[in-house]
Amino acid sequence: MAIGVKVMKRPVDETSYIRATLKGMSLTFKHLFRPKVTMQYPEERSAPEPERGAWTLSSRWRGTHRMLTDEQGRSKCVACGLCPQICPANCIKLVPGEDEDGNRYPLIYEIDEFRCVFCGYCQEVCPEEAIHVGVHYENAEYSRDRFVYDLERLSSQTHLVSTLWDPTDPKGE
Amino acid sequence: MIDAILLWVHLQFTWLTPEVKGMLLAAVVKMLLVFTVVMIGVAYSTLLERKVSAWMQFRLGPNRAGWGGLGQPIADGIKNILKEETLPGAANKVIFTLAPAIAFIPALTLSAVIPFAAPIPGFDFTLPLLGRFVHAAPVPMVVADLPIGFLFVLAISSLGVYGIALAGWSSNSKYSLLGGIRSSAQMISYEVAMGLALIPILLVSGNVSFGAIVAGQQAHHIWNILPLSLSFLVYLISGFAETNRLPFDLPEAESELVAGYHSEYSAMKFSLFFIAEYANMLTIAAMVTTLFFGGWDIPFTHWDETPGWPQMLVTGAFFVAKVFFWLYFFMWIRWTLPRFRYDQLMSLGWKFLLPVALAYVMIVAGTLYLVDGPLGLAERPAARLLALTAVSWACLLFVVFALDRGAVISGADKSLQRKRAAARGPVGAEG
Repeated sequence: MAIGVKVMKRPVDETSYIRATLKGMSLTFKHLFRPKVTMQYPEERSAPEPERGAWTLSSRWRGTHRMLTDEQGRSKCVACGLCPQICPANCIKLVPGEDEDGNRYPLIYEIDEFRCVFCGYCQEVCPEEAIHVGVHYENAEYSRDRFVYDLERLSSQTHLVSTLWDPTDPKGE
Repeated sequence: MIDAILLWVHLQFTWLTPEVKGMLLAAVVKMLLVFTVVMIGVAYSTLLERKVSAWMQFRLGPNRAGWGGLGQPIADGIKNILKEETLPGAANKVIFTLAPAIAFIPALTLSAVIPFAAPIPGFDFTLPLLGRFVHAAPVPMVVADLPIGFLFVLAISSLGVYGIALAGWSSNSKYSLLGGIRSSAQMISYEVAMGLALIPILLVSGNVSFGAIVAGQQAHHIWNILPLSLSFLVYLISGFAETNRLPFDLPEAESELVAGYHSEYSAMKFSLFFIAEYANMLTIAAMVTTLFFGGWDIPFTHWDETPGWPQMLVTGAFFVAKVFFWLYFFMWIRWTLPRFRYDQLMSLGWKFLLPVALAYVMIVAGTLYLVDGPLGLAERPAARLLALTAVSWACLLFVVFALDRGAVISGADKSLQRKRAAARGPVGAEG
């Protein structure tokens, strides 16, 4: 051989060509008839509960955000500033305000979903359980500026919120 | 006006005798039929490839265009025509443009010489204006019933490598060039074994025309796979190498060479290489069918040996079914085996297939000499073939055994086997 390719010495049963080929061919032939795992997305979507022909997103899925509201429809946010503080992507813009009773509320609360890395720290750190990451994945828009979600938009989302990962219950039981 | 045109047409054809007209009609219809069937077959074997690969990987495969994905080849074709044709600045423009055609034409030409069905009876009918059409003898169902059909295939199939090598060179890209070089080395190496593997067929059938080879297999319903099994093995392996299919797809090894010789091609030029590959596959499948599996012969019946329309249709369907089985076999192997390393490829070709094919030519010739001479079976063709069958299967078993031990290519070592067995302890200890 012109170039010295190192040929490893191997036991006979590991170098069997014919047997290995036949074994592989019978395996691939059996695979032809196995049930298929393809999820045909636009027709089959994730369902909240496991059902036939659908798949279920994990309840820990961290998707686009959702702001929870109280009974009067006001956001639960008290503009404490913890979420913009912890946000590693620096994607939360918060301008706090105060009403005549001394209650703090966000004047401006915007999340740039393009910058967001969906770590879920904002939800973990929120003392009021106001901001959440959501179990949601269909986020397509026609323009880039539509990806900066303002307070109104965050409050009007209806999808499930993420349960995140609970260290005391690592398997989600 | 219309009358004038018809009269003009009529006058154009007065110089043709009915016999010439009949021959021309048969030739043109057969050409159109074969060309259409081959092109559609090629298009749909790309779909079949994608479907088979998907099913083997638990996927569904393309199923959006048309019913169950049947419109996919059409969609692919339209896409490829509409895409941008790229031309690398440093490429040799003439050869770069010509190479896809050089790869494509031989692949398609080969379909002309393969008989695909039983002959139809001669015809005699008259058309208004065009006059009488006569074809006295039965019409063989092959576009060109070449007396040297077999040699034609060997000659033309070797031309395909020019397209690939020139594409690799003219792209002026290192990956393309490597792909082209690998391809020429590989195809030339395996051409030798392929040609030698086919010589036993000539020894048995005594003729180089495909019609005679098929008729010889038909006569006693002993397909060449029985008396010439080892030829079949060698031919099949070299066929894989000739078509650049896995496990021999080194010319386009995507993990090493981007896309090999067609890295720089786009749109319809790329598509032509693709079509050429599948047309080559189709040809090899048709060759395997014709040379080793009786061509269009239907087993266990002699009904198909007389010319006739129903015979033509049924044997044609049988031929297509056989060819599709071999196409599927190509895909089956592709999605089962990994790619060879380059030195393994070369040693398989030169150190294994070539000597085996050469020895087998001698064995077949010797057996035929013995059988015809001292044993005196020359007048009993079936017994003669059965004797050859026994010898061939003995050879095949021996070769398969040797190949399986891996002594030829892979550096198998029996002592390692014993050492490992000793380390494992007494037999049955681990349950």
